[in-house]
Amino acid sequence: MADLSIELVKAKEEIEAYARDYGLDFFQTIFEVLEFDELNQVAAYGGFPTRYPHWSFGMEYEQLAKGYEYGLSKIYEMVINTDPCYAYLMKSNPLVDQKLVMAHVYGHCDFFKNNAWFANTNRKMMDEMANHGTRIRRYVDRYGFDVVESFIDTCKSLETMIDPHGEFTTNQPELQRAPSLLENQNDNDDWGETRHTVSKLKSKDYMDSYINPPEFLEEQRQKAIKKQKESMKFPQQSTKDVMGFLIEYGSLNKWQRDILSIIREEAYYFLPQGQTKIMNEGWASYWHSTMMTQKILKDSEVIDYADHHSGTLFTSPGRLNPYKLGIELFRDIEERWNKGKFGAEYEDCLDLREKRQWDKKLGLGRKKIFEVRRVYNDLMFLDEFLTPEFCIDHKLFTFGYNPKSKNYEIFSREFHKIKQGLLHALTNMGRPIIVVEDANFENRSELLLKHTHEGVDLKIDWAKDTLKNIFEIWKRPVNLLTVFSGKEKIISFNGKDHREKAFQKETKSDT
Amino acid sequence: MALKIEQDYNRFKQIVRGKIKQDLRKYMSSGEMIGKKGKDLVSIPIPRIDIPHFVHDPNQNKGVGQGEGDEGTPIGPGEGDEGQGQGGNAPGQHFLEVDVTLDELAKILAEELELPNIEPKGQKRNIASAKEKFSGIHRSGPESLRHFKRTFREALKRQIATGTYDPDNPVIIPFREDRRYRSWKLVPQPAANAVIIYIMDVSGSMGNDQKEIVRTESFWIDTWLKSQYKGIESRYIIHDAAAREVDSETFYHTRESGGTIISSAYKLANKMIHEDYIPSEWNIYVFHFSDGDNWSGEDTELCFKLLKDHMLKSINLFCYGQVESQYGSGQFLKDLKVNMDGIDNLITSKIDNKEAIFDSIKTFLGKGK
Repeated sequence: MADLSIELVKAKEEIEAYARDYGLDFFQTIFEVLEFDELNQVAAYGGFPTRYPHWSFGMEYEQLAKGYEYGLSKIYEMVINTDPCYAYLMKSNPLVDQKLVMAHVYGHCDFFKNNAWFANTNRKMMDEMANHGTRIRRYVDRYGFDVVESFIDTCKSLETMIDPHGEFTTNQPELQRAPSLLENQNDNDDWGETRHTVSKLKSKDYMDSYINPPEFLEEQRQKAIKKQKESMKFPQQSTKDVMGFLIEYGSLNKWQRDILSIIREEAYYFLPQGQTKIMNEGWASYWHSTMMTQKILKDSEVIDYADHHSGTLFTSPGRLNPYKLGIELFRDIEERWNKGKFGAEYEDCLDLREKRQWDKKLGLGRKKIFEVRRVYNDLMFLDEFLTPEFCIDHKLFTFGYNPKSKNYEIFSREFHKIKQGLLHALTNMGRPIIVVEDANFENRSELLLKHTHEGVDLKIDWAKDTLKNIFEIWKRPVNLLTVFSGKEKIISFNGKDHREKAFQKETKSDT
Repeated sequence: MALKIEQDYNRFKQIVRGKIKQDLRKYMSSGEMIGKKGKDLVSIPIPRIDIPHFVHDPNQNKGVGQGEGDEGTPIGPGEGDEGQGQGGNAPGQHFLEVDVTLDELAKILAEELELPNIEPKGQKRNIASAKEKFSGIHRSGPESLRHFKRTFREALKRQIATGTYDPDNPVIIPFREDRRYRSWKLVPQPAANAVIIYIMDVSGSMGNDQKEIVRTESFWIDTWLKSQYKGIESRYIIHDAAAREVDSETFYHTRESGGTIISSAYKLANKMIHEDYIPSEWNIYVFHFSDGDNWSGEDTELCFKLLKDHMLKSINLFCYGQVESQYGSGQFLKDLKVNMDGIDNLITSKIDNKEAIFDSIKTFLGKGK
């Protein structure tokens, strides 16, 4: 890792000053210049060169290195959400690219520091990752490479099973306790059977058989039994944080528990970056564009800048470019709030021409986008600010797979479908929603996971392999309730083979 | 410069190697690998090496895109049925292409088929190259070869001997005389000469499917023998009623019609060996692929005579591979088995379909000749 050259130091100071003038607020930012292979390495490790050893990073590296070798892809920059913020520059890039990247990086740093969804991330993650690495290496020394590696494979398979809103709910596995015998002792008589006290309605003796008839009492009794069953159900509330649940209640050794919690911690660390991809890239692109065109660019650099800027914002039909979508939405919001195109008066206006020419000269745009970058994540961002006009202007459409032609095809250009599609892709970060429903399924301490079907089936072969991996941790049969080809099914793995059975109504609790 | 990622990268390659080994039979029966052959590398598409997660079925997933086009405009190919299609720019499963060197591939092949290394015959008189081997330590040499550990050990010995070593302040400073350098000697690398003669029946009854099998099989034979001999030669003979020598391109793509006289090819091969390759100096391999239909029993007799009296005496190995075809009678293989039983360097194999290539190669090369 080389120190910054004199001209890069100068550029950095200049750009940092501009960024502050524009009101960006960021942690101290440290730039490092890396050769291409070093940068590919850092990128393969997700930005943390200190990470634990695992072949999947090697695979990532192979892909990056090949992409670079064949001239298909090139990493311009990498920035890490830490305090101080680390950013890596590619050595071979010309100065104008480095300036663009620096301006872009300050946008990211501002976002990391100020966006609410990043508020609880560990800003000392560089050290934490190194600690994780050390711990895992120690386990490798003690228990053997193969054992630890295959356990990491198992854990990584569950990586996606965390709760995106975990930090805002009380429904966390560590806060739930298994119902213990002690707590329920009062309800139990000497035989271990439960007495159900039925509360009668208040009545005079002679009215009792009318006010509290036997049917009513029976009904009350059933209610009480159900209530008690529910309190015996575990977990009482189903939880999305499957990893967390398994850490607490899985059948694991101490070192295995530690590794699983390392993988979970890192998954939570990277979570907000996944939740704010569009906003984060949009915000950074907005600022590199603003700063470069208004302040930084020299005449001789304009063409190169335009070339690379448009390269970043390039869209191809089948892929939505988060940079492009983000920057355009931020610009749209800025314009709308500058002109006052919001609120009831604007919404209720039915004259399209008037709407197009709407301009109240409010000038609130800048203020609004700073507010947006503070409180929103991608899901809320699109829910709130995607307008029909925007979809038309930017030629958005939904597409899907057509089994007849074996192609992906354009389905629709209707606003509500596009919006639905985007929100669907962003809900739970586009991952299927799967919760721990019952840890004592069929009273055999089997695990029951429940997939909330949202119109798309699971990729079934992967799902089966994942069940196998969960079995490794739970050590008792694992069941997944899902919908497959329109039918409710339970897929289970019992340690030897997979079974599929139709879902029986009796096992249904209250859905 | 050594990167930290090397360790993970090597581990990944090891896993890939395991995957290839596991699915070798499949790769061997598909010709697609040959299509992706470079000079020393083959690219092998590996389908699943990813860690499984709970994900949505990609073919049911809808997405949002941006650009021109009406409803129904195709924007990219789907995943296809058996994972044959490649992702394109649309979301879908991506194949991982890994590069494997041919040497590495031969090693995998050998491990999986349990192929013995070949003990070359010949005088090994031809010295192909001399290789340096670092084998000793000298007192002089280039600085780039300085042996740090030895140098410091010498310095330590000297300092202890002269009493200038202080255990509390263990500073060791090597002098010029302490320096030690790695030294090497040249090890001659004898090379054994080898030639492969491929013979193929191109009569009307050998169709494209049969030829594809021959092509795939000879790719694997080439890969293995090339790993055993440096500078191997390949010669190609095609025959129907008459035989002629061709280049490899023609060999794999010609289709002729007409009858089959196998002896013509054996005569040509004998002539080739006689003129160009001295049997005591050369390791000679002959592979003959046919559908087993010969013109007459008489000619078959002649073939056996040619094999017994000339060819088999001078070569390492004669392999006859009979490819199943709907026109061929397959008589030649039966005759060979009856008449030539017990001859050590003649191996026959029946290749019914692509899946049989794996076993056929094991039969051919399993003897270590």
